[in-house]
Amino acid sequence: MTSAENYAVWTSELTKQFGGQTAVNKINLAVPKGSVFGFLGPNGSGKTTTIRMLLGLADATDGEIELLGNKMPKQAEQALPRVGALVEGPAFYPYLSGKVNLRRLDSASKNADPKTREQRIDRALAKVGLTNAANKKVHKYSLGMKQRLGIANALLQERDLLVLDEPTNGLDPQGTREVRNLIRSLSSDGTTILVSSHLLSEIEQLCSHVAVMSAGKIVAQGSLAELQAQNQTYLKVVTPDAEKTLKALTDAGMKPKQETKHGLEIFTSEVEHGFDGDEVLRKLLKAKIKIKSFAVEQASLEDRFVDLTGEGFDVVQ
Amino acid sequence: MSSSNRLGMSLVWSELWVLFRRWRTLAMLGAIALIPVFLALAVYWSSDTLAPGEGPPFLDRVSQNGLFVGYTSTILALPLFLPLTIGVVAGDTIAGEANQGTLRYLLISPAGRIRLLITKFIGAIAFVIAGTATLMIAGAIIGSILFPVGPVTLISGDVISVAESVWRMALVASYTTVSMLGLVAIGMFISTLTVVPVGAMAATVVLSGVSQILDNIPQLELIHEFLFTHYWLGFVDLLRQPIDYASFGSNALLQLAYVVIFGALAYSRFASKDILS
Ligand SMILES: Nc1ncnc2c1ncn2[C@@H]1O[C@H](COP(=O)(O)OP(=O)(O)OP(=O)(O)O)[C@@H](O)[C@H]1O
Ligand SMILES: [Mg+2]
Repeated sequence: MTSAENYAVWTSELTKQFGGQTAVNKINLAVPKGSVFGFLGPNGSGKTTTIRMLLGLADATDGEIELLGNKMPKQAEQALPRVGALVEGPAFYPYLSGKVNLRRLDSASKNADPKTREQRIDRALAKVGLTNAANKKVHKYSLGMKQRLGIANALLQERDLLVLDEPTNGLDPQGTREVRNLIRSLSSDGTTILVSSHLLSEIEQLCSHVAVMSAGKIVAQGSLAELQAQNQTYLKVVTPDAEKTLKALTDAGMKPKQETKHGLEIFTSEVEHGFDGDEVLRKLLKAKIKIKSFAVEQASLEDRFVDLTGEGFDVVQ
Repeated sequence: MSSSNRLGMSLVWSELWVLFRRWRTLAMLGAIALIPVFLALAVYWSSDTLAPGEGPPFLDRVSQNGLFVGYTSTILALPLFLPLTIGVVAGDTIAGEANQGTLRYLLISPAGRIRLLITKFIGAIAFVIAGTATLMIAGAIIGSILFPVGPVTLISGDVISVAESVWRMALVASYTTVSMLGLVAIGMFISTLTVVPVGAMAATVVLSGVSQILDNIPQLELIHEFLFTHYWLGFVDLLRQPIDYASFGSNALLQLAYVVIFGALAYSRFASKDILS
């Protein structure tokens, strides 16, 4: 991991302090080229702060950043034209229409060709389904419409990297699905995508890689498969026969947890990864135990996330 | 890529477009236009004529020659109203974008911090030009409607032609524009310090008031010529025959110094600023 070449985003010991508080604490982020990289973490864990540093909006207190092979913030002029971003929600001139807003932000870029501007704007608006609202003033946009316009802004040019900070925030189910499809199709064109989100099922469906932040630190990072491989596997049995099941499972060498729901007993027991339930099922059936449901399940990303970042609801700092 | 874009002109055009399409900007220009209109109407309807020298300079001449409306309005607008509108525009430059959140999107576009700052400065100057031109043009229009227009008698007693008088109006507007450059630079610097545009606007306007008060305290005479408001009323020298350009020169030099100093401060602040809004 010493070479930054294969990474669209690479940081070394990246740190940001606000006064006495360390919002980002020596993180080594490595986003492989071509990946869809999920950036997770509870509220206040430092995701947006990290993204701000990556894009040269905020100076790092310490550490190094390479963005598409360019040192940030020194070589921002080379790197940023190749990056589209949505940072901490969309922001626009409320008194201008969606289209005029995009025109404004596009003309801010020295690298944007004015000749193709209108065409690129129309295409970006179409991609996010805003063609019909293009000439409406942004102060009349709904939350999700603004979010879509923010994504359209990130798509104004062909990009090598998209940084999307909570892109589906406020979107309706159709919008969420469209963004998911959009990310997939952009990714298949070779664009690297760094996406932060709290919707773990989204991330699970979408991402090839993940990093989890907690209180300014990266507590897990790697391919989604790697992370899921570390997830606990469970055997789950739902039955009306509490005692017999408990005995059978204990005999099979398990230490099941038991809970009662709607008059049924639910037994869950940690088992090894790749556990084959056939034999246990056969034993239960042989003992004439009534079984409502029998399943070998893997803990979800959400469970893993809570494992890594703690149960507590209160923000850490 | 077109050459105009390589120079970054796209952003300048966009800045002007956004600034002058804004309802607030147009309202302020409209309010500026009302100064000569009210002035002319007041003079037109007041029955008693002023004795020469009574009231603000030139007020007594307005009813004799409509071309004086623009000059007199400039005198009325200078202490408060013009700096107020300019404080609003200059104070809003960076803080307004930061407050709205658009600053982060301009910068990752990437606009470039220096380029954005210069663009904002150009936009604010464009507003000053529009403001002073509005005073003169609205003054000339209402003056020529209500009062006779003819050769103008200057303070010195010399008479200049109408054409010459129009030229002098352009000179006065330029003088006033130059006068405001220091204020624009100060306002932009303050604007880089905060994400609350109203705060930056208020501070800028207050500073122009403070400077004018200091300029009127005789005990502080030593510093008077360094105050950015010191030469503001010096434009009357352009209405002498022959024209006295001395105060134009001193004023330009002083304003340049303010632009350099506060431009550098704004740059050093903005170049290293964390954009957290
Ligand atoms: N401008 C600021 N000044 C001081 N502290 C800040 C500032 N911005 C963020 N912080 C602190 O830095 C920490 C990380 O904030 P950040 O916005 O990066 O979190 P996040 O992971 O994006 O959270 P969320 O999921 O809520 O978006 C928080 O403790 C926050 O209070
Ligand atoms: Mg955030």
